[in-house]
Amino acid sequence: MVNSIILNAATRLLVALLLLFSVFMLLRGHNLPGGGFIGGLIGATGFILYAIAQGAEATRAALRVEPQNIAMVGLGIALCAGGFAAFFGEAFFTGQWLFIGETEEDKGLPISSVLVFDIGVYLVVFGSILTLVLALEEEV
Amino acid sequence: MASNTAEVPRKAGGPAGWISVAVPAALFAWFLQYVGPVSEGEQILLGIDWVPSMDIRLSVLIDGLSLTFALLIAGIGTLVTLFSTAYLGKHPDYPRFVLFLMAFMVGMLGLVLSDNLIALFVFWEVTTISSYLLIGFDNASAKSRRSALQALLLTGAGGLALLAGMILLGHVAGTFELSEILTQGEAIRAHPLYVPIVILFLLGAFTKSAQFPFHFWLPNAMAAPTPVSAYLHSATMVKGGVYLLARVNPALGDSELWFWTLIVAGGFTTVFASLLAIRQTDIKQVLAYTTLMALGALTLFIGTGSPDAIKGMMVFLVVHSLYKAALFLMIGIVDHETGTREVDRLRGLGRKMPLTFLGGALAAISMAGIPPFVGFIGKEFLYKAGLGHEQATVWITGTIFAASALMFVAAGIAVLRPFTGRLSDTPRPAHEGPWVMWIGPLILGALSLGFGLFPDMVERFLVAPGTWAVYGDYDYTVDLYLFREVNAAFLLSLATFATGIVLYLVHARLRAALARIIAANPVKFDPGWDRLIDGIKALAAWQTRHLQSGVLQRYMLIVFATLTVALGGTIWAQGALDFRIDFAAEFDGLLFKHWAVLIFITAGALLTAYTGSRMTAIAALGVVGIGVALIFIMFSAPDVAITQLLVETLVVVLVAVAMLKLPNLNLGDEPRRPGHAVLSIATGAVVSAVLIAVLQGDLDRRITDYFEVASWPDAYGRNIVNVILVDFRALDTFGEIAVVVIAALAAYALLRGTRYGGDAADKDGGR
Amino acid sequence: MELMVAIMVGVLVAAAVHLMLARNVLRFIFGLILISNAANLTIFVSGRLTAQSPPLIPEGADAPLGDVANALPQALVLTAIVIGFGLFAFALTLVYRTYQNLGTLDSDEMRLAEPREGEDHA
Repeated sequence: MVNSIILNAATRLLVALLLLFSVFMLLRGHNLPGGGFIGGLIGATGFILYAIAQGAEATRAALRVEPQNIAMVGLGIALCAGGFAAFFGEAFFTGQWLFIGETEEDKGLPISSVLVFDIGVYLVVFGSILTLVLALEEEV
Repeated sequence: MASNTAEVPRKAGGPAGWISVAVPAALFAWFLQYVGPVSEGEQILLGIDWVPSMDIRLSVLIDGLSLTFALLIAGIGTLVTLFSTAYLGKHPDYPRFVLFLMAFMVGMLGLVLSDNLIALFVFWEVTTISSYLLIGFDNASAKSRRSALQALLLTGAGGLALLAGMILLGHVAGTFELSEILTQGEAIRAHPLYVPIVILFLLGAFTKSAQFPFHFWLPNAMAAPTPVSAYLHSATMVKGGVYLLARVNPALGDSELWFWTLIVAGGFTTVFASLLAIRQTDIKQVLAYTTLMALGALTLFIGTGSPDAIKGMMVFLVVHSLYKAALFLMIGIVDHETGTREVDRLRGLGRKMPLTFLGGALAAISMAGIPPFVGFIGKEFLYKAGLGHEQATVWITGTIFAASALMFVAAGIAVLRPFTGRLSDTPRPAHEGPWVMWIGPLILGALSLGFGLFPDMVERFLVAPGTWAVYGDYDYTVDLYLFREVNAAFLLSLATFATGIVLYLVHARLRAALARIIAANPVKFDPGWDRLIDGIKALAAWQTRHLQSGVLQRYMLIVFATLTVALGGTIWAQGALDFRIDFAAEFDGLLFKHWAVLIFITAGALLTAYTGSRMTAIAALGVVGIGVALIFIMFSAPDVAITQLLVETLVVVLVAVAMLKLPNLNLGDEPRRPGHAVLSIATGAVVSAVLIAVLQGDLDRRITDYFEVASWPDAYGRNIVNVILVDFRALDTFGEIAVVVIAALAAYALLRGTRYGGDAADKDGGR
Repeated sequence: MELMVAIMVGVLVAAAVHLMLARNVLRFIFGLILISNAANLTIFVSGRLTAQSPPLIPEGADAPLGDVANALPQALVLTAIVIGFGLFAFALTLVYRTYQNLGTLDSDEMRLAEPREGEDHA
């Protein structure tokens, strides 16, 4: 924990921005640079900043959920996304797509098991890194 | 230890007891339904795919041979478990015993019923392991533990040989299904791999069935509780090896190698074991050695391979299982009720234990081969087979003659002596056991008599179908009879009885003489085994001392030196690297920013290696990391660059946090070692050489091309890198994120351990 | 540039090996970081270097226009970076915990499991 007014004030804003940015990177990842790995890393960086400014205890409170649980849930989501293909008689981890509002020219809003998988990756990376950093920070 | 569970008073074993009796009884009833169809010459094949990709099926083959075995396993299993409810029912670990026994039964049934070689092997190992657990049931005794380990190592080693043999056989035959392999005998015998296959199968079968020179584990295995000896080490498991030989006889039999190996090993074991049986004073050991003798005889007759021999083998298999299980159970009752098994301390028990005596006597008469018991029929056929064989008449007939006469003596020692004469003093006053104990020997003894009186029944339902299966010929007719005419076999039987009676009368002197001979014999298998095991341990300790020094530096030295020599050597030997490197062209293409990055990274790396300050090292590492990220940016890898930058930040954060607690060691006090520097430079040079050689070759872009073309039309993604990660190679990614989670959880557990139990190691003197 | 990067990777490996041969486990970890970077670069460079054309498919096209950078090694390196980080974090925690329990960073003195000859377990 660092006693710096500037840092304290800035983190409140920065955490929210970084979190928003991480979700943005996650969602655009399929078509532009980004994705679950990068999104998860950015999100984790936001909370690490918060932990440096406010301490690990406050960060855990802000997260509300234990980070290792987030990681495990992410792994579970990724697994479910992979297993989802089995319902359609296809091989494990075959992507399944649904296009909402599909028209001749436009594919509409795509929802896919691949996106769900990427969200799982995001949560795993986010949760794992926070697990590590918070535990180490509390030690010191 | 006898376990710390409270002693719960149990009547006749409690639920574990009756479950253990009901299961084999139900199985026995279930197998009975197949007796009819199988006696008509039918082969029943059932099965499901288990590991289809490796051609492993959980398939069942019910024919005469496997059904005979299955009936013996389930039937004797019922009697043995019933016996155990009284014999061990009050033992605190009785439920565990039942568990092991049931596991064994499943394994044994699987072993004889499997049609797939690999499944057969799995069940084979199940019986090995459950046998280990059962021999070592009295785990407080060092002797039991040693015997258990010996049996495990020996039969386990044989099992490995068998596995190798099975894989070769499957390779040669093109299938692992026994029912298909058995029809390809000709082709298999002509194959160049035939000899290794036979040797490997024989190693497996001989260790399991305790054939000479692997015989010594079986008498030691008598450390197990008596029901186990009756069940595993006489009636069922040790016959697993015999079963295997009989099973594969149509495919592997009928060659000189098979014939001579089996009849020599079998014959030698037969005579050798029957002599040692006479030598024993513990009746259970007498029975153990006669079991060895029986296994030898079975092996001998499978090797002989003539129809008469196979018929004799099948009869003897059934006969032996019946009488030997009965006798083991009998000695179990005697041991349980009198407290001793020493032949010299037991006399005149017959009046006190009439039912036990009756059961034992019926079994012993069958074992001695006296008519009208089925044992007589078995012996008769063995003689007939021996006399009818052209190549080894004297050897086969002679061994059977010697063994039968000695069996006669052994039967007398095991039953006649203890139960007749004047009652002797025993540690506990002799009295009859409960019905659950004597019912087993009585039923088995009665069956020995019944089968002898009605040979047609045995012939039609057990022996004939079994003979067909082993001989591989379903047209052959089997004819069993008690007595038909006075012929050479019959005369030999009479001579056997005469010899047996004479030997029984002088058996005390015979035993003393044998003891002297054995004492004079310098070759001892059991101590030899100990020396072998000690030798292996010493070898392990020696190589561990030299290879596993426990010094991290030395390990790293070995790893990097091996890497350098192997990689460098390969490159040099293959001439993979073209040394005419065009540096001029390379320098022409380099821009200022390229030079800057290269210099940045190189300087950072060298600084990290040579600095003595840890803060400098961390800063230098940061320079390297950022430099690498710049390379990714310059060469069109935005995703990778972003990841690298973020990770680099996290590394610095983590190291900085950890440094707060780590000592400010002077990193520079490492001794300068020229050897290390040379190895480092050599490793670096070899890696560079490999990479340059790779770059000199052509790039195979087929996979990349496919991804580029398929990314949008098939996977609806425009960022090819991301599509590869989450779609094309999602399974890999899943594995990778699982690793990340595991690393995080492991580190978390380590840190939490420090906080809550950190000084535990100090308290209990961990250092 | 590929050739120069290949030579530079050699320098990285040499430095890493030198660090990993040290007795101080902290230096070992620094070596680990360096060698991960070297390995990532090796994979990246063996897919060849292409400047200024990331593997993206522009709107309206079905495949990338012209030659773009090799996407496969990029994907491999991306996960390798994250896994490498997991490995590094675990190793660091291990060193940290070891130091707290044993009071040393010298691998020669960490002999709890394998005491030297003549030393007692207790």
